[in-house]
Amino acid sequence: MALSSPAMVTRGRYRAMTAWRFVVLMGLLAALALSVTVDLATGPARYALTDVFRALVDPHGVDNQIRVVIWQIRLPVALMAVTVGAALAVAGAQMQTILANPLASPFTLGLSAAASFGAALAVVLGVAIVPALTPYMVPLNAFIMAMATALLIHVFSRLRGVTTETIVLLGIALVFSFNAALALLQYLASEQALGAIVFWTMGSLVKATWGKVAITALALALTIPLFARHAWALTALRLGDDKAASFGVKVSRLRLETMMLVALLAAIPVSFVGTIGFIGLVGPHIARMLVGEDQRFFLPAAMLSGALILSVTSVVSKSLIPGAILPIGVITALVGVPFFVSLIFSIKRRAW
Amino acid sequence: MVRLTLDDVGARYGRTEVISGITTPPLKGGELTALIGPNAAGKSTLFKRIAGLVAGPGTVTAVHDPDEHARITYMPQDTGANAVLTVYESVLLAAKQGGSWRVRDDELARIDALLAALRIEDIAFRGLGTLSGGQRQLVAVAQALVREPNVLLMDEPTSALDLHRQIEVLTFMEAFAARRGMAVLIALHDLNHAMRYCRNCIVVANGRMVACGETASIITPDLLREVWRVEARIETCSRGTRLVVVDGSALDTAAGE
Repeated sequence: MALSSPAMVTRGRYRAMTAWRFVVLMGLLAALALSVTVDLATGPARYALTDVFRALVDPHGVDNQIRVVIWQIRLPVALMAVTVGAALAVAGAQMQTILANPLASPFTLGLSAAASFGAALAVVLGVAIVPALTPYMVPLNAFIMAMATALLIHVFSRLRGVTTETIVLLGIALVFSFNAALALLQYLASEQALGAIVFWTMGSLVKATWGKVAITALALALTIPLFARHAWALTALRLGDDKAASFGVKVSRLRLETMMLVALLAAIPVSFVGTIGFIGLVGPHIARMLVGEDQRFFLPAAMLSGALILSVTSVVSKSLIPGAILPIGVITALVGVPFFVSLIFSIKRRAW
Repeated sequence: MVRLTLDDVGARYGRTEVISGITTPPLKGGELTALIGPNAAGKSTLFKRIAGLVAGPGTVTAVHDPDEHARITYMPQDTGANAVLTVYESVLLAAKQGGSWRVRDDELARIDALLAALRIEDIAFRGLGTLSGGQRQLVAVAQALVREPNVLLMDEPTSALDLHRQIEVLTFMEAFAARRGMAVLIALHDLNHAMRYCRNCIVVANGRMVACGETASIITPDLLREVWRVEARIETCSRGTRLVVVDGSALDTAAGE
């Protein structure tokens, strides 16, 4: 293409920039595919990547044992890591966007703690917030508590004189309150219930099933198109409320809608795998550093980063001590924090 | 040609009435009209009310002949942004609101032309967070103009610009408005700019309209004393340009009440 006029150079540069971002997204996708495959190969029985691949594409052409291990045991866990990672990262990305706050995430603002508390209510005391749906009371309680917390944060963030700092302080207060309440429930809990609560607070993928994977994927499938439809408006929100409103964005409605979707995305993973803290905060930051904040790229990049981090962590949690699977919530922080800190210090451009 | 008329317009935040009773003769397209008044007079609120961003009594009529609805765009005061977006993306963002994900070549061409006209193409791929206050204001002008408004409400677009850029932007807007038949209502603190570039002006203070009409006849020493509480003269220089000369003191606010 001939770039004759200076104007064409500008336009061409924009096209080149978007093309590069597309390449970055493809790279993340490839890395995720590789990580999932390695995840499937890793475990008490180690398989070669080629065997894993064959078991995936032609389940009936392989050994019964490998088929069962891959399809019944490892694939749900591996895909749970992908869907949960994606859901938490998107939830964090949109919380950061609508609250204009780089510290916002389901974990830092207390959504995860609230969900854990809701789950513990069901496990320990058998309290169902919606009595009609007692069989599903654990995830449902978690979901309702997260939703209520999201609403509380939303209402609070709309008050006059509330700054991004006060929102973080409110989040800290919420985290402490729910953790205290949770500790109280642990104190009262039976030994069996205590185990279940510990499972929650540490976060673990081992109880993944196809059903849970499907529900998490469904939550993503419901929310992502809605976010995508508002991609330009959500990006505009990052320029400030006045500016977004001047572009014709219905700021308050968009913010409320987004917060509700975020609560859904944050609550469902937590109700299945417990609190995994780091992804929702860091996934979006990595995405932002890679592709900027145009939501057309930021949204998929956040999903892929979150999925990739959790998938890699899943591999690490199985490899650190052979034969043991360490709680993934613990590993995300141990592995992720040094990585994130190095990223922050290596980046020249001020991303927030 | 577009015509903007305000009839007994007011605005409320909750129950607090911030501005009220603003009525103007039709403001014509093709020229700049100044909105002047001291700080906290209600200029930004009036802009938001006209753009339909805050509620209030009265009617705002903006017709674009024959009688199509005119597109009103508000350009807010610059507040800075820490978004990880380039200038180019932020202008595209203004153009694409409500549109599809696909970005067409003609949309990009429009942005290219606008950046070139404002002479900010050299910062097109700088991050928003790295810009100076003046650069941010020029980007804001681009964001407003790319929406192709019939009525443009500019909230202090020159406040962070150096003298050269101030003149450049106002001259550009004057020509742009004339060419497009766009009505531009522009909040200014520099009354000499208002006298030079805006044939008509609206003066507001304490949420009320004090005066409205031809700038040259409205800005008088009496008005300056009453509204801005300064002792000043209006001098006509050798080329006939009228200038506000503030060589008196700022009056004690309490003394007049």
